Formats: sequence, C-alpha cells, structure tokens
Amino acid sequence: MAELTEDRTTEVMTVNIGPHHPATHGVLRLVVDLEGELVREVRPVIGYVHTGIEKSCEDKSYWKVIPFVERMDYVSYFFQMEAYCGAVERLIGLEIPPRAKYLRTIFLELNRIHSHLVWLGTTALDLGAISMLWYCFRERDRILDLFEMAAGQRMHTRYFQVGGVIEDIPLGFEAKLRSFVEDMPVRVGQYQALLDRNEVFLQRTKGVGIVDRERLLELGVTGPLLRAAGEPWDLRKAFDYLVYPEMDFQIPVGTVGDNYDRYRVRVAEMVESTRIVGQCLDALPEGPFIADDRKYVLPPRSELSTSMESLIHHFKLVTEGFRVAPGEVYYGIESPRGELGCFVLADGSAKPARVHFRDPSFVNLQSFRDMSVDTYIADMICSLGMLDPILGGVDR
Amino acid sequence: MPDAPGLELIRGEIERDHPGAVLDTSFDRGQAALNVDPAQILSVLTWLRDAPAHRYRFLSSLHAADYLPSQPRFGIHYELLNRDRVERLRVKTMLGDAPPAGGVVAGVPRGAEDAQHPSTVGDAATTGPAGPALPEIDSCVSLFPTANFQEREVFDFFGIVFRGHPDLTRILLPDDYVGWPQRRDFPVGGEPVIFTYNERAHG
Repeated sequence: MAELTEDRTTEVMTVNIGPHHPATHGVLRLVVDLEGELVREVRPVIGYVHTGIEKSCEDKSYWKVIPFVERMDYVSYFFQMEAYCGAVERLIGLEIPPRAKYLRTIFLELNRIHSHLVWLGTTALDLGAISMLWYCFRERDRILDLFEMAAGQRMHTRYFQVGGVIEDIPLGFEAKLRSFVEDMPVRVGQYQALLDRNEVFLQRTKGVGIVDRERLLELGVTGPLLRAAGEPWDLRKAFDYLVYPEMDFQIPVGTVGDNYDRYRVRVAEMVESTRIVGQCLDALPEGPFIADDRKYVLPPRSELSTSMESLIHHFKLVTEGFRVAPGEVYYGIESPRGELGCFVLADGSAKPARVHFRDPSFVNLQSFRDMSVDTYIADMICSLGMLDPILGGVDR
Repeated sequence: MPDAPGLELIRGEIERDHPGAVLDTSFDRGQAALNVDPAQILSVLTWLRDAPAHRYRFLSSLHAADYLPSQPRFGIHYELLNRDRVERLRVKTMLGDAPPAGGVVAGVPRGAEDAQHPSTVGDAATTGPAGPALPEIDSCVSLFPTANFQEREVFDFFGIVFRGHPDLTRILLPDDYVGWPQRRDFPVGGEPVIFTYNERAHG
C-alpha cells in the first residue's frame, strides 16, 4: 500500500510510437519518455525506409538518375529533379532556354502548393478537422491532373531533363491552369475560414512548440519552420535561379514561431505560389523547351528517321549517356520544407561518382526535440505534423 | 560566393592566424572551396564562423565523398553560408585510410567472396576492437549543432569517426549492420536481397 502514497507524477514511462502509426506521417519511430502526459525526452529513430538511393545513383548514367532522386521526398518530386538537373547543368555549363525556365518554375510552384495541401490535409486531420483532408485533396487532385496532362504521370513525372523539360505543355493546359490559378486563392480563403477562427484548432496550435529563431538557425532549420519564427530567409529570393528574380512575390513570416505561425506561413505561401504561377503564365515566352546541345540532350524524335547524325547522337545518349568533366557542384533550392541541396561529384565518366541530397526534412527533424520536450504528448503529435517531415526524404 | 580573388584573401587571412591550415583553394564553376588540413579543421571552421569580417554562421550541409582511387580518398565537405552577404563557401578536408591494424586493410568490406558466404559478410570492416582502425576527424557539433545528424550519416555510410560527437551511432542503417556502403569499393548489390527462392541460401 505504500506505493499509493507516492507522488505519481515523478514516475517516468518510456513509450514507443511507431514506426507504423498514422500520426507519425510516415515510417518514423519515436521513443518518448513520459511523465504523466508530459514529454520529458523524445528520440526520433529513423532509417526504416532507407533504400540506398544515393548508392544506386552511382551505378546509373546521369540521365537515368532522375527517376531515382524523384523517389526520395515523394511529395515534392519536382524539387528533387530541379536540384539534381540544376546541379548537373552547372557541372557541364549548360544554359537552359527561357521557356524551360518558366515551365520549371510553374511546375515547382504547383508542386509546392500540392505539398502544402498534403501537409494541411493530414495535419488538420491529426487535430480532428477531418473535412480538411477532403477539401485539400480535392485541390491536390486538380494539380495532379495538370501534372498528368503535361507529363503523363500524376506522381514521379520525370518531367525535368538535363537541359530543360522533356515535352512542351499540351494544348488546353494553359486554360486549365488559369482556371486553377483563379480558383486557388478562393479555396485557400475557405480553408482559412474553416480553421483560423476554429476554437479547437486555435487552442491546439497557439503557443505550442515554440523554438526561437537563434536555436533554429543553430540547428540548420530552413523553410517555413524558420520563417514562422520571424526570419525572412528564402533561397528563391536570396539566390538567382530559374525565373524567381523576375517574379513579384512575398515571403510570409511569422512572429512567435509557434505551431499556429507555421500553419499561417504555409497557407500564405500557397497564395504566393499561385501568384508566381499566374505571372509565369502571363510571361511564358515562346521558343524551345529544351536546350539544343546534342551532346547532352536527345534530338527531336522527328529527326531520327531523316538524319544519320541525330540517330548516332540518340544512340550514344541512350546507351552510354553523356560524360561530365571532373568537378563537383553543390546546388541548393527552396523546397516546400526548406533548403534542398544536391551535391554531385563527377569523375569524368558517364556516371556520377557521388550524388548526395541535403534533405530539409532530415535536418529539420533535429529541431523536433526542442519543440516537444516539456509539452503534452498530444501537442507533440501536433508539432510533428507542423514539422512536416517526409520520411522518404529523411531516409533516402 | 566569394569570387576567386576574394577566396585568396580569405586564405591569406586564415594563414595569418593558422599557418599551414589551408592546403589549397579551388574556384571551379563559380563555386569557391578551401582545402583544409584535417588536423586544423575545427580552428578554421571556428575562424570562419566568428571572424567579424566573414561570419559564415550557417552550415548548410555536411557530407562526404569517396575519391577512390586518388589518395587521400575521403573528402568531407562543409557547405558554409553567410546569410548577410548571401555567400556560400565550401570547406573541404581530405582524409586518408587509417593505418592498417593487424595487417587488415581498412575499407575493404564485403567483396565478391562475401557474396558467396553471406554469413561472414564484412568481417574486414567491423568496428569492434578487433577490426581495422577508421579514419578520424574532429566533430564540429559544438560549433554547428546541425552537424549532429549529418556527421552520424557520414559515419554510417563512410566509416569516418568524428571525435567528440555526442552520440556517434548509425543513423539510417540498422545498428548491427556491418560495412560502410557508400565507399566506392563497396559494390552495388553487395547486400544479398532475400526473395522466396533464395531465402534458404541467405536466410
């Protein structure tokens, strides 16, 4: 009976969550030390979906690596393609034509909206707002329809090539995209109407999971998490790539750095991305959609039956691939989760000697402990959703 | 990016405080890199982080590459970022294989012979006391806490030991995994994949 008189709050219990648990948004395992309902320590255990993609890339010629890297972060595949293709283009010094730059920007921003929609739907679901999932996935489906129209695939499109994009946008794509660009801000307004003044949602997110800006920078956190803490850092503004310097858009920032700010920043980013897509459509130049360097880019299909030279180039590119002079390049872009960096080491052969991705989910996950310790376990689940890790990108 | 003369200026300033620390510079495809003596990596990183004129305070990425067959073979890359000037600077340090202990050459994990005898896989690359020594370098977690996971990843895949790391364990591969799969002498397909038809042979 002596046990009953003990102070029960001092008992620490270790609980395992995952790796297969709907609240972990992927195959993530959390080992949590709980004191009552308070989290005292949390250790993320990762690696359950490690598939050795970086190693496999070393065995593929440059153009065959693209579908591999797409499958790392399976929600933002266009960003992996851009990081990889951009790095290879910098290695070989290949300039891509203006139309390809605009098309790439359109698809990157559509992908950003798509990624944020998946995040919003699933995270709101964690907090009990089940209907959000259906609304978000309704709009996501329109984006996937656009991907399918242009590339033939809804996910993992392999649309970006070294030198540009594989195919021009088809007839009717522009009209469909325009109607999406018109509708999307209205839809985002509807999401906000559902959530912004929802008492349950506010109670669950406001003042929860605060990590200050200095600590986030120390931990290497980038993307919406950093911007929610008030740091206006966005690689689209900082570095000159694709057509972002010509675009008129704003970087939403938060003030407190809690989960509510993270939500607001991402939702505002969807509107800004829609604006970028609209501007790209207005300014979309005519011209080739892929560079005309036959040493790196496949010749047009129509030439194969008339030109011997094209046939030879086609054969060489498909069988051996192109060779890249020795060198190494790091190319970082702003993915929906932060800085996505691609490091490619070329050794002079037709296969990369090393492909490494600096995945934002992997680095951002280090801030999870700071967000969760000494909060309630229910808030930890909320913080995890707001962290938005994609485990395919974490484990690669 | 600092341009090529800017890179030489940075090198000169580092040389004043830490003679012999910078072995080489390279400016290739618009990207600046300092090649630093591995023994002095921490002092150079500290200098770059704290020198008032530079303040490369953000570590974007830490990763490694295996340059086999050139020696020293391992390159560790620190992608530093100065967010005020929006400049990236790569600090690179080259590490050789650790001197072989007990006549076993480090870094030769499961080869062809191991594929036939998977029960003995990778004996040459165990980290245990009997295994060969691994290359070592100072950990920079105290300077850049973000390096924690990334150094563990480099250890996991290349078998490079970071001295002073708070928790240097495998991060993506299982704890009982043997071998360093991102090394260039580790074959693709070195891991037998178990299907129904071959589960007896490899199980």
